Amino acid sequence: MRGLPRRVVVLVVVVVVVVAGVAAYAVDAVRQHRADVAGAPTVASTDLAQVLAGPHVVFRSTLPGAQYGLVAAVPLDDPAGARAFTDVACDRVDVAADVVACLRTVRGVATKFETELYDATTWRQTASWPLPGIPSRTRLSDDGTLVGTTAFVTGHSYATVGFSTQDEIHSTADGTSYGNLEDWDLTVDGAPFTAVDRNIWGTTFVDDDTFYATAASFSAGKTWLMKGSISGRTLTSVTENAECPAVSPDRTKVAFKVVVDTVDGQSVWEVAVRDVATGEQTVIPSTRGLDDQVEWLDDDTLLYGLPRADEPGTTDVYAVDAAADARAEVFIPGAWSPSVVR
Amino acid sequence: MALETRDLPAAAVPARPARPTGTGRGAARATRVSSTVVTLGVVSLLTDISSEAVAAVLPLYITTALGLTTLAYGFVDGLMQGATAIVRVAGGWAADRGDHPKWVAAAGYGLSMVTRALLFFAPGFAGVTTAVALDRVGKGVRTAPRDAMITASSNPRNLGRAFGVHRTLDTVGAALGPLLAFVVLWLLPDGYSTVFVISFGAAVLGFAVLVLLVPDMRPRGAAWLLKHRTRVERGLPKCKGCTCDLPGGLEATGRPFSWRLVVAPQMRRVLLAAGLLALLTVGDGFVYLSLQARDGFATEWFPLLYVGTNAVYMTLATPVGRLADRLGRAKVFVWGHAALFGAYALAGLVSGTASTFAALALLGTFYAATDGVLAALAGRIAAPSVRASAIGTAQTVQAVARMGSSALFGVLWYSMGRQPAILAVAAVLAVALPVCWVLVRPIDRSTSAEDEVAV
Repeated sequence: MRGLPRRVVVLVVVVVVVVAGVAAYAVDAVRQHRADVAGAPTVASTDLAQVLAGPHVVFRSTLPGAQYGLVAAVPLDDPAGARAFTDVACDRVDVAADVVACLRTVRGVATKFETELYDATTWRQTASWPLPGIPSRTRLSDDGTLVGTTAFVTGHSYATVGFSTQDEIHSTADGTSYGNLEDWDLTVDGAPFTAVDRNIWGTTFVDDDTFYATAASFSAGKTWLMKGSISGRTLTSVTENAECPAVSPDRTKVAFKVVVDTVDGQSVWEVAVRDVATGEQTVIPSTRGLDDQVEWLDDDTLLYGLPRADEPGTTDVYAVDAAADARAEVFIPGAWSPSVVR
Repeated sequence: MALETRDLPAAAVPARPARPTGTGRGAARATRVSSTVVTLGVVSLLTDISSEAVAAVLPLYITTALGLTTLAYGFVDGLMQGATAIVRVAGGWAADRGDHPKWVAAAGYGLSMVTRALLFFAPGFAGVTTAVALDRVGKGVRTAPRDAMITASSNPRNLGRAFGVHRTLDTVGAALGPLLAFVVLWLLPDGYSTVFVISFGAAVLGFAVLVLLVPDMRPRGAAWLLKHRTRVERGLPKCKGCTCDLPGGLEATGRPFSWRLVVAPQMRRVLLAAGLLALLTVGDGFVYLSLQARDGFATEWFPLLYVGTNAVYMTLATPVGRLADRLGRAKVFVWGHAALFGAYALAGLVSGTASTFAALALLGTFYAATDGVLAALAGRIAAPSVRASAIGTAQTVQAVARMGSSALFGVLWYSMGRQPAILAVAAVLAVALPVCWVLVRPIDRSTSAEDEVAV
């Protein structure tokens, strides 16, 4: 009989210690977070309308502080200078022909995800529809009539396996979906591609029918650059080992990331630029470690985001010339998902 | 099996002093769920809060905090599902061999607990994958010994209800975990480390409750003592005070472990039926996706579909367990798959919000009628010396068959299209149900007859 009370006493002590410890940690974390937000240096900001009037870059601001995660804009001629904030929060953002495509995580008791469209002048929401998973990539066609969105669809239980991507193209006029791209007719190296674990991600539009995207099969351990046709509902492979393509403004080049190494089971990417006419491919070693869909600043320069190693949550946008020996340099500090508006 | 087996280890195994929770009043308690089952349920509740809180935020953590691609994680996740299936049998075997299921379960819970600390101290992709892998191993190790302890501490007549109560508590934890995690992220947008600390705390509490409050049961020893009631049969000296001529000592060994006992004839029927039905269980993910494909409501609330299924499972686990005790566990297990058939039919044929709700309710009913009930069924018919192995084997057969089924269904899904694929599986399931029923029907007859004799 003596054993039981002692066990209960030990348990009570354990409960008290654990609950007090966890509560202390949580309270301290909340206090720390509030202090960080309040004490963060004010990000230099400027007038939005003025920035939007000229050529500019729109991006997600990742500098710490109250405006973390909001979409901001900087003039093209002073990208590292003061930024103009909108009141729209996006994880991924793209702008074309006065349309803003925004993929957003709506935090709450049950976290939801959304695709939202905004007017690029007023920043008023014009449409929204649910996104089936974590925001990954979005791109508009140049005339703003089509939007491609990629989401990571995750398992919702401890027991369900894995992740997959869902890449869809919608009309921005009325939100009509052209369907999940993995259900279209896929051709890889001349043969129908029927891998069960196939995934498609990272759309980039050439025109209102033609686009590029990535196709992958995990069991095969391969990815392909695919050229797609919306009218034909087809995707056809162009080359292997290519993810998250981006077409240059003059349509002569496609940039994408290629796996160059594997460290601790994790792929290491560098950017490659492919000449559409000749098929010649140039890898840019100074972009090592990126995981992004690049954006073209002009026909010879690329922009991409990279997380800061020592500051979780903060990222920088780098610029690099589309040449093998080019050096990457910070273009906009504290930014993510850049979109150039000329 | 006239006595409550729960009382036996504490009262009869000499290795530990008698514990006040089990002595006497056996008849009055025969209708109640044993306190050990409730305690094990609380352990599972706390551990599930811990694991589901982390599982819920892991995808966001990997993509937003670590800035990594989630696809690599998906690959690791898939690999680990296969490994745990084998670990389950090993956990059962270790519990049976050593006749200390509690310590094997404690090792499994302890391992999962350590992974929470790993998440906190070793952030980064390697840390996350190691933690996920070890956590799955821990889950695999502990399940069969824990279910064997539930069986050993319950009245065989109420076994279905005992498992129902345990699974209810378990599912409450699974629902609370993500809720807690998202509330934290709501208050602290980057509060992943806070989620990990809370998760670690819950795991420590679960582990402490198990180690401190659950008796160290010896199911094999207890069964041996039940058969050998006199001092002579037990090889003890004839008088109480004697210390001379102890031939074999007091350690009761019972029937030695043997794999042939694990797959005894009745057990083979259960394994066959469970495997066949699991081959036709394509995974909720596909049902959700099928609902989502046509239904705007389902898309918007995709993350909540799983919560809906769990809520129904939580509510029905205990009543359906009672029903299984009354009608027969094999019967409820097999016909519980009719609810799965209903969910497939709805997902394949009917669109609309009402059909989504109904499909979720049917999925929850299916889990309530099959998960705990299968453990109760296997635990009831297995010999005590191989009980944990038998339960582990049944769960492994089910898990492996379900994995195979998901892979096969993926092929159907792409080659036939969503709706035809799900309807095809529903049709095969409709044929398989009566076949499985014929297969397992004799088990209900014999176990209920045994229970009648016993009480």
